[in-house]
Amino acid sequence: MRYEAPESLEGAVALLAGATGEARVLAGGTDLLVQMRADIVDPELIVDIKKIAETRAVTLEQGGWRIGAAVTGAELKEHARLKQAWPGVVEAANLIGSTQVQGRATLGGNLCNGSPAADSVPALIAAGAVATLAGPGGQRDLPVEDIMLGPRKLALRRGEIVVSFLLPPRPSRSSDAYLRFIPRTEMDIAVVGAGVSVTVDGAGTITAARVSLGAVAARVLLVPEAAQAIVGSRLEVAAQQRLEAAARAACRPIDDKRGTTEFRIDVAGVLTRRAALIALDRARAN
Amino acid sequence: MAKHHIETTVNGDEVEFLCETEETLLDVLRDTLHLTGSKEGCASGDCGACSVMLDGRLVCSCLVLGCEVGGRRIETIEGMATGEKLHPLQQRFLEHAALQCGICTPGFLVASKALLERTPDPTEHEIRYWLAGNLCRCTGYDKIVSAVMDAAATLRRG
Repeated sequence: MRYEAPESLEGAVALLAGATGEARVLAGGTDLLVQMRADIVDPELIVDIKKIAETRAVTLEQGGWRIGAAVTGAELKEHARLKQAWPGVVEAANLIGSTQVQGRATLGGNLCNGSPAADSVPALIAAGAVATLAGPGGQRDLPVEDIMLGPRKLALRRGEIVVSFLLPPRPSRSSDAYLRFIPRTEMDIAVVGAGVSVTVDGAGTITAARVSLGAVAARVLLVPEAAQAIVGSRLEVAAQQRLEAAARAACRPIDDKRGTTEFRIDVAGVLTRRAALIALDRARAN
Repeated sequence: MAKHHIETTVNGDEVEFLCETEETLLDVLRDTLHLTGSKEGCASGDCGACSVMLDGRLVCSCLVLGCEVGGRRIETIEGMATGEKLHPLQQRFLEHAALQCGICTPGFLVASKALLERTPDPTEHEIRYWLAGNLCRCTGYDKIVSAVMDAAATLRRG
């Protein structure tokens, strides 16, 4: 098993594109090392991307925030301005695992692990995050909702890596929130996750919204119908009911020991409503 | 393939070692450097028994590759006491009987020290959340939390 830690994107892409056997990208390692240990994967090549500057920076870019794919959850939590602009994204990232896992786990890894229950992914999709990818053909941008196609299935091409995420410029009176349901209080995998981002006008009416649901389908869902259900409203009871119904209508969950189909659909409505109310409160206070 | 030659710092000492790609930092600490204070519980990042500090950040050493740590700063449980003098956390764990079998104890101590360096006066709530990734299967958590609160008070008095 080869280990390489290139210092440039071109170097990482060349290594991955030229690999003869299975190659894996190493960011925080909190999924990859567990899968290697369990013999789920046995890569011939590991490419550690943490020495590439672009993957490790959080920077302001034309009014938006660019977050490197290998920035850890602990680093995001300590970034006061990012947390102010995108509290939902930061709180979602910080729900992944323990303090120890937070010291290593990354947004890029959470997305590329390809789990429909990944906590940070609904928050990124609700935020309208666009991923920048680097590959043998150069760089390209792809909305986060278009990257995960199904469990462990990504839209990345051979040799391509996620470099960073761009969170768009934030109008004033905007905010976001992420909630998940787990059977305990910490250290568990989402049975349902809901991310909501809203912008309101001076009167407190929602002018724009994005809603995303995790763990209720084979991939994390962007639910435009749920967003449409609350745009133009002040999230009064009728709008809350429309939001819940639209969120539930989008769910196509599995049925397993962690949550039945019926339960997941019901909870998806409840969490979407609660996340929307939190996002709305935060937006009005901004 | 040839082993990786790694030079790094462990508890302030410069060390070098050889490792295979698949060896974790925990494997290296225990089997190569013979620092067996860090324990292997789950090997999947769930139990926290292998907790160490890596460049000032609390991590599970079972989720770090040995070949990743060149030029880094690693702190383990072996660096906690000063000679024969126990760290206040170690002293309070003894006084509160916050351990039985002891397998989880090094991880709890390393994680608790990381908490108190950031949060000198933590609430019980903060302690329990910070330590959610450290599992104890015999003593129970109340004595551990009490020991951490008591040690925090000792450290605040200086």
